[in-house]
Amino acid sequence: MNTSTVIKIQELTKQFGSFTAVDHISFDVKKGEIFGFLGANGAGKTTAMRMLCGLSKPTSGNGTVAGFDINLQSEQIKQNIGYMSQKFSLYEDLKVWENIRLFAGIYGVKENIIAPKTEELLNQLGFVNEKNTLVKHLPLGWKQKLAFSVSIFHEPKIVFLDEPTGGVDPATRRQFWELIYQAADRGITIFVTTHYMDEAEYCNRVSIMVDGKIEALDSPTQLKQQFNAKSMEDVFFRLARKAKRGE
Amino acid sequence: MQTIVVKNINKSYEEAKALNNISFSVEKGELFGIIGPDGAGKTTLFRILTTLILPDTGTATIEGLDVVKDYKKIRTQVGYMPGKFSLYQDLTVEENLQFFATVFHTTIKNNYNLIKDIYSQIEPFKTRKAGKLSGGMKQKLALSCALIHKPKVLFLDEPTTGVDPVSRKEFWEMLRNLRKQGITILVSTPYMDEATLCDRIALIQNGEFMKIEPPQNIINNFPETLWAVKAEHMSALLSDLRNCIGVKSCFAFGEVHHITVDTEILSLESLITFLQKKGHTGIHVNPINPTIEDCYMQLSSSKGNL
Amino acid sequence: MKQFLAFVIKEFHHILRDRRTILILLIMPIIQIILFGFAVTTEVKNVRVSILDHSKDDITQNIIQQINANEYLSISENIYTTDEIDEIFRKNKTDLVLVFSDHFDNDLRHSGQASVQIIADGTDPNMATMYVTYLTNILLSAQQSLNSGETLSGKFSIQPVVKLLYNPRMKGAYNFVPGVMGLIFTLICAMMTSISIVREKETGTMEILLVSPVKPIFIIFAKMIPYFALSCINLTSILLLSVYVLDVPITGNVFSLIFISLLFIIVSLSLGLLISTVTQTQVAAMLVSGMVLIMPIMVLSGMMFPIESMPHILQTISCILPARWYIISIKKIMIEGLSIFMVWKEVCILFSMGIFLIIISLKKFNNRLE
Repeated sequence: MNTSTVIKIQELTKQFGSFTAVDHISFDVKKGEIFGFLGANGAGKTTAMRMLCGLSKPTSGNGTVAGFDINLQSEQIKQNIGYMSQKFSLYEDLKVWENIRLFAGIYGVKENIIAPKTEELLNQLGFVNEKNTLVKHLPLGWKQKLAFSVSIFHEPKIVFLDEPTGGVDPATRRQFWELIYQAADRGITIFVTTHYMDEAEYCNRVSIMVDGKIEALDSPTQLKQQFNAKSMEDVFFRLARKAKRGE
Repeated sequence: MQTIVVKNINKSYEEAKALNNISFSVEKGELFGIIGPDGAGKTTLFRILTTLILPDTGTATIEGLDVVKDYKKIRTQVGYMPGKFSLYQDLTVEENLQFFATVFHTTIKNNYNLIKDIYSQIEPFKTRKAGKLSGGMKQKLALSCALIHKPKVLFLDEPTTGVDPVSRKEFWEMLRNLRKQGITILVSTPYMDEATLCDRIALIQNGEFMKIEPPQNIINNFPETLWAVKAEHMSALLSDLRNCIGVKSCFAFGEVHHITVDTEILSLESLITFLQKKGHTGIHVNPINPTIEDCYMQLSSSKGNL
Repeated sequence: MKQFLAFVIKEFHHILRDRRTILILLIMPIIQIILFGFAVTTEVKNVRVSILDHSKDDITQNIIQQINANEYLSISENIYTTDEIDEIFRKNKTDLVLVFSDHFDNDLRHSGQASVQIIADGTDPNMATMYVTYLTNILLSAQQSLNSGETLSGKFSIQPVVKLLYNPRMKGAYNFVPGVMGLIFTLICAMMTSISIVREKETGTMEILLVSPVKPIFIIFAKMIPYFALSCINLTSILLLSVYVLDVPITGNVFSLIFISLLFIIVSLSLGLLISTVTQTQVAAMLVSGMVLIMPIMVLSGMMFPIESMPHILQTISCILPARWYIISIKKIMIEGLSIFMVWKEVCILFSMGIFLIIISLKKFNNRLE
């Protein structure tokens, strides 16, 4: 296995009864890559992501995430990834630093590292004055930026982001992506889903899922050429319109 | 005739000011969009207009009826689709529709024409439980339920949040069709690209309207010069552009970066030279028309808060 | 009316489609009745009585025989000195000691009074009281038989022990059936109704209903009807079970019983309604009904411990529980066989509680979101 490959998936399949949610998907993701995982609602994105995070067992197929087998080593996978979603990110009724402390502890960050790193993170985000603020009192965009920083606090190999910027204002959304770039530059692999098609352009490579299968996978530029489309939105429309199942 | 008239509405929750002196009006048959991020006050405004909560100060009328005094009458005349999917998950598609029809003293048959285009798409699944529907189909069912009593005004609070681009596009096509039937529609969304589909929009931030105009006017009145810049290494380009004198703002916009420039300091040619000196290759700089998102960011930064 | 019907149908759909919950609601009363009736019984069995007979005459022998013949009591030891009393208690050889005074026979015949002493282990006061009551009961019946047999009838004083008149065998189930009824109806009516209303707040459907011309009273009553129906089924199953399985007879009028039960069901429904108006989430509704209603009902309503033996302060608190009045009236009608006119006080209290709760809840039911 190439050492720079952090996700390697082969023929991954998940069936619920007679319904095939994820249908034999295969792909690789390299270290430090920003990998966009697109698809219409119900195309199977969430199911696929759950298998990659070690939260659900594939019906068939195999693969490795962060060097661990998704069928056998889900606990090790969880130790080596970060996860952030739009719905659950931080505990609203804990303070900013308490959230950082909690998640750092959960992921086994060493005690003597937590304190200086927390300061560094707050400085970087410009949150120094908000250290003792309850998370619920932060504006949504700030919460999402904080949640992302918390999810990579333990320097995971890969971070999974499930619609991280939904509903965030346009300026903060961009600041969020700049954080993503910084993380990717540090060598953290970003696996991200989004409904904003302009964000698809920020990814190194994009896969588009339709009805449980990956219908396209390439860099945004290549995809636009391949489908003779102006933008990623056009590419997405061409593919997703073909969807048969009503999700 | 003005269907919705809002005057100086204020609303606070504990310390936080949710709405700050909001005034606007919506013409009959207009498709009016309220555009802004989560937490800007969209839902609070919708709840005041649908008589669910009371404003602290200010007045609002729907079809000439006061939202505080005449709330009972308003409730017979408006359709409302809250932000969250709010139908009975354990009832089937048809049972949900049937129920809401009866609640509004009507039958599916009576107003079938109005919902036909939308409902016919989910009718094949009418015996399926609403909870088992996909996002797009849930949305269609919720819209059908909100329309079943032929409301004069339709309030749609973030109907497309979390919905994929294809379903979003379909949904907006449905709204355009409804507008043709003379229904006044007030819709909110955090997706800036949807703004151009409205007749008029209000850009909302921190409980305040920054602008109320047709989207094209907002775009035409963009006060800055906007260029799209592209090069081989986009992230390096971003920081170099920010350090370039004459560049006022710089944001990533998909495959290009959008910059607003002070043309007295910086010309197109001098920017290219500057970037070449920094070692960029494959440089493209084009003057472009702004999108609503550019306008939103420009307005909010001129208000002094991002 | 059509609107209302649509609501009721919807509510039945909700309930009937949630198979697990409805199964629990229907089976729970049955299990509780059987459990309380058989397993968690506080009935007295095999109480060991030791005798210290200073008199040793015909009458004391007669009484001792009666004790031995009783199915719940048995003679364990015969002791001869007062010093031994302490010892046999410590060695746990006895539950009770009965001491006959010197010249028992003589005293009784001549002065009409003789003294017996009953000594019980006070570490478990509830059980001790119960044992003592058993034994006193036998002494009483001995007195009665003496009275009827002797020409000197009427000379012996008889202390009436009211409790035993109605429950001579002290059967546990007698007390539990009304208690379980109170508990079940509170659970189904108050808790389930409040949860089902609050669920609509949580899922956001309440928002849509409020922005519709439907009257709040429709929403509320439509919620109540299915749970009312469910409670009626449970009432039937509880009554059938207690009569045919637990052998607890309905001595009073069945219709009075049903009437009061329906009244209590309505009171509980309005209680649930009130809870739903003050809570915003299903969890909160469940906690409030659990902590504020179910727990106190178990403890304060006389279901587990007799109200009479509770401290005054708790007795006063128990007065605000509808279940207390319901359980009392059911005991009176079902077990004591009194007519409904004898429980007019309880009926009035329940009735006014119901009216009060409904008025408050309707006032509190918000036709807006805040």
